[in-house]
Amino acid sequence: MGQTLAEKILSRHAGREVRAGELVVVEVDQVMVVDSIAGSFFKRLAELNATPRFPEKVTIVIDHVAPAANIEVATAQKEIREWGNKHGCRVFDVGRGICHQVLMEEGLSQPGGIVLGSDSHSTTYGAVACFGTGMGATDIALAAASGRTWLRVPESVKVTFKGKLAPGVAAKDAALEMVRVLTADGATYMSVEIHLVDGAESMTRGERMTLANLTVEAGAKCGLVVPSGEILSIYQVPDWLYPDAGAIYARKIEIDLSTLTPLVSVPFFVDNVQTVDSVAGKKVDQVFIGTCTNGRLEDLHAAAEVLKGRKVAQHTRLLVIPASSQVLEQATEDGTLLTLLQAGATIGTPGCGPCMGRHQGVLAPGEVCVSTSNRNFKGRMGAADAEIYLASPRVAAASAVAGVIAAPEDLETTSSYGLNETGL
Amino acid sequence: MPRVWKFGDSINTDDILPGKYAPFMVGEDKFQAFAFAHLRPEFAEGFKPGDLLVCGRNTGLGSSREYAPEALRKLGLKAIIAKSYARIFYRNLVNLGIMPFESAEVVGALNDGDEVELVFEQGLVKRGNQVFKLNPPPAFLLQALGEGSILEYYKRHARFPGEAGR
Repeated sequence: MGQTLAEKILSRHAGREVRAGELVVVEVDQVMVVDSIAGSFFKRLAELNATPRFPEKVTIVIDHVAPAANIEVATAQKEIREWGNKHGCRVFDVGRGICHQVLMEEGLSQPGGIVLGSDSHSTTYGAVACFGTGMGATDIALAAASGRTWLRVPESVKVTFKGKLAPGVAAKDAALEMVRVLTADGATYMSVEIHLVDGAESMTRGERMTLANLTVEAGAKCGLVVPSGEILSIYQVPDWLYPDAGAIYARKIEIDLSTLTPLVSVPFFVDNVQTVDSVAGKKVDQVFIGTCTNGRLEDLHAAAEVLKGRKVAQHTRLLVIPASSQVLEQATEDGTLLTLLQAGATIGTPGCGPCMGRHQGVLAPGEVCVSTSNRNFKGRMGAADAEIYLASPRVAAASAVAGVIAAPEDLETTSSYGLNETGL
Repeated sequence: MPRVWKFGDSINTDDILPGKYAPFMVGEDKFQAFAFAHLRPEFAEGFKPGDLLVCGRNTGLGSSREYAPEALRKLGLKAIIAKSYARIFYRNLVNLGIMPFESAEVVGALNDGDEVELVFEQGLVKRGNQVFKLNPPPAFLLQALGEGSILEYYKRHARFPGEAGR
């Protein structure tokens, strides 16, 4: 009987052949802790009377409120640095970037590995077929103390993306379509196993990160992209790291990329996905381009392509926060940053930014934000009645110029807000 | 008499504890005061230890923030009855010793404000002379919870429930 990718990885780490539904205890390759959870993590370790069993396998990233917004946060981050020094654990400090982006850049997430993160979007590591999954502080502390964790081997949903995206349609649109089809709890407890075929293999690592990142919005435990395309040249992918032909899936879904159009997730749930056309014209107060979903160099490139030679609408703020210091450096070097600045963008320190409503762009009551992030829950980015529309970097950039929700193709016709305002 | 606080489907961790009120932001001793601050501002003040949370489908979706259920535990929550749970939230509940019961029928039968009694060991909810039976959580969870919590279990055995001796 064949195995899914999740079964393969967990079998490898459990040291025996395991199947969906079994409980397993597995060795973990990397335990990732974010600043906002670190205090609870330290407390749980103290309750266990334990220290990290393998300090080199514990990484703390200061990203959720970086730099510190108040004394509480500053104190917590000070403790992180001291604790990391004391125990010999890696700490990535203010400005290095968002945890998932940083672990990927640093090679701490590898094909076939297991990474536990104290952040739900740890599914992102699945972009390189690394079993990444999010857990709370207690589970994370137990994993740091023991080097292991316990898991129920997940059933798998096979999602096949075939063909190529039409010009102007992004991996984010494909990911939103996947969440729409699966629904917000359609993959709960499951592994979403992503197959890219008939041209879709050309999707970059960054695009795969966007897909894997959003699998958690369908409730998934992990989102594993079957290695192909550039992944095979970036990494040494072990021969065993492919699902078997006879693997058993709980459900199979096929999405034809060539048929997709730009999409947007409408408040207050991520699976509330509609075409951009259906909400076009809605006035926008803030546009946020960044996050672990869409803050990479290729995302900034996509935004810059739309923004080049244009200006952000007068009543709209455009906030760009690169996902990491590396992204910021590259965007500076290749001129992308200048294009963004000339269009009227303001740039934030690499990190999570206002994604969870803590700083750097919190929304006022009644405000509308188009964001390239991953959640549009009520109150997520600030006031309870502020609205968040999730979209691709291109749609976000176009909306910043138009001052209303828009696709880049609509720009020339929304003259009252955008291009013509300054182009007269 | 404990009461029911009833919520609908898709109660997410941003509802339970908005990110801006994380202990990390407002202090370890204060964050529980902001439980359901957006959705039901009277909750934190009105909730009495032993009161019951009754929720719909996909309860606890969203962030991995364990401090969301921890805020509820600080207010005295010991059990939730829901139609279904999101994965990380479910693990967090177990890890914090909050019993996650799953029962669509009982959720359907209970109303907000009902005065109820939860008989933990027997998995029963009583409302007046009506008795509702709850499905017990999976055995492996009860094994851990039987020793207080998963942390206690690991501390005592240096292994996880169901794991062979090392």
